[in-house]
Amino acid sequence: MATMINKTEAGGADTAMPVRVAGAVSESSRARQFWRTLLSRTAVRVSFAILVIAMLTAILAPFIAPYDPNTPDLRNALKPPSSAHLLGTDALGRDVLSRIIYGSRVSLAVGFVSVVIAGSIGMLLGLVAGYAGGKVESVIMRFIDVMMSIPLIILALFIAALIGKGLGNVMLAIGLGMTPSYARLMRGQVKSIKQLDYVTAGIISGAGRIKIMFKHILPNSLSPIIVLMTMNLGTAILTEAALSFLGLGINPPTASWGAMISDGYNHLRTLPLLSLAPGVTIIMVVLAFNIVGDALRDTLDPRLRGAL
Amino acid sequence: MATFILRRVLQTLVVILLVTVLVFAIMHLMPGDPVLMFLGPDASVEQIEHYRHQFGLDLPLPLQYLKWAGNLLQGEFGDSIVFRQEIGPLIVSKLKVTLTIAIPAFVIAVAFGMFFGILAAVYRGRWVDSFITVLANFGMATPTFWLSILCVYIFSLRLGWLPVQGFTFPSEDFELAIRRMILPVSMLALGPMAVFARQTRSAMLETIRQDYIRTARSKGLGERRVIYVHALRNALIPIVTVMGMQLGHMLGGSVLIERVFVIPGMGSMLITAILNKDYQLVLSTVLVISAGISLCNLLVDIAYGYIDPRIRVS
Repeated sequence: MATMINKTEAGGADTAMPVRVAGAVSESSRARQFWRTLLSRTAVRVSFAILVIAMLTAILAPFIAPYDPNTPDLRNALKPPSSAHLLGTDALGRDVLSRIIYGSRVSLAVGFVSVVIAGSIGMLLGLVAGYAGGKVESVIMRFIDVMMSIPLIILALFIAALIGKGLGNVMLAIGLGMTPSYARLMRGQVKSIKQLDYVTAGIISGAGRIKIMFKHILPNSLSPIIVLMTMNLGTAILTEAALSFLGLGINPPTASWGAMISDGYNHLRTLPLLSLAPGVTIIMVVLAFNIVGDALRDTLDPRLRGAL
Repeated sequence: MATFILRRVLQTLVVILLVTVLVFAIMHLMPGDPVLMFLGPDASVEQIEHYRHQFGLDLPLPLQYLKWAGNLLQGEFGDSIVFRQEIGPLIVSKLKVTLTIAIPAFVIAVAFGMFFGILAAVYRGRWVDSFITVLANFGMATPTFWLSILCVYIFSLRLGWLPVQGFTFPSEDFELAIRRMILPVSMLALGPMAVFARQTRSAMLETIRQDYIRTARSKGLGERRVIYVHALRNALIPIVTVMGMQLGHMLGGSVLIERVFVIPGMGSMLITAILNKDYQLVLSTVLVISAGISLCNLLVDIAYGYIDPRIRVS
């Protein structure tokens, strides 16, 4: 994040050398100031800790999980919580805790990769539409309108049905589904930045379109995009859970929190924990992402409050 | 104003037309032959040919699209392969079910969401504000289908107060219908309610700061009148924007709610159609949803034009 801010703050990179050195010192203290403001509230600190734990869990899953998440053990099927299985076992005798731990890999991977897909494609479309204007803009924005007229979950269901189930496809489906809001946001940013003096100066000094777009406009319109990406991580995780719940998400037997809720629904009367435990995990992680996203928005650019 | 409305109507028509083209193209890229799925693996070549011809699947793609779009203009959506009936009446009957759940849910979400939002803004920084903000944050982070399952467990299985699942129209058996609708309607309302509450809170906070509110107070108007007449009316624009967007979210959410509570509405039908590769039906359903949402957004935009003259000009 600090590098991103440095880049954004630095703006045009053609600054003279001594100024750059002086800027670097103040920028490192600015980064400290950024972290201090970001983590000033207890709720944000707790959320940040939850996210760090969730990421460590995902990375270290093979070392932390007490059992293999996918090996069935039918003799131990549908066992209530015990010292051997802290959260019990599912209908195939698999350890629920281990599956939740491994499920974090799917949820976090889907979250990060799909917002990166949505962010990159949306940013590119918005950049081109906003900079080119005219017919190009009309065509791109009508296409975006079309995507926006279909609810995310239905659009994602649709794309998932088209390209099939599986981790990569789910990431792509959710990423494409979330693209429109980035394109709109980026287009708005580009249109206002395009009017600024330093862009005109760039054009007068003979910079080509590509250079203007990627070197002068893009770095200066990144911060709301980054904020939106953070805020969308939770949405992406919820959408993956919903797709897997509907049977159009991650392929079994890979553990996914949404699919675990769906599997547990059949045993709600006897073993409600099967459905309830993965749900609580989803809420914690999504809530943490939303709170950190809000805090990031307020820290980076308080003017965006209400707009994002 | 007339030019503004005309431009927005044209834009909406273009969007609806593009949706039909896009959805049609996507559905034909999907793997799997719907006729084979319909007839099963033992079908003879003659049977397959017969049904391909009957459903018009042997025509070139652009012709299939034109034929379908032409029929559409006459109100004919074609036949559903899975449900073995005409799509038009099928969608109407399923839409009735979905709207029976979605309309009360929308009204509840707007009413309660705005009420809680105003409460939080008026008591900013007090425990009421913190409580509502925390609840709204939870509401936005909780998967609706999971909360529905939790409520089924508590209210239906444990306490036995409400039926587990199913759907009845209020015109058939009012009491049973209401008992069956309580859970799905409130579950569908919850997410949008949280969004409305947050949006109302921030819009109200923005408005309450304005000079004219101070003027209203200083000329001796009652607090109630200041909040509900002067502040709320001006805070409405961002809230109305969110209403248009939430309508779409609700239709998306109904797919999940209908699955949990086994409600035979549009959502359940869409999933069945997708899983069975019923091209025509998926196409028609998405078209109806997208056209509905586009029209709602059009109405919202026109409403804006009336509320706020600045929008008309820009």
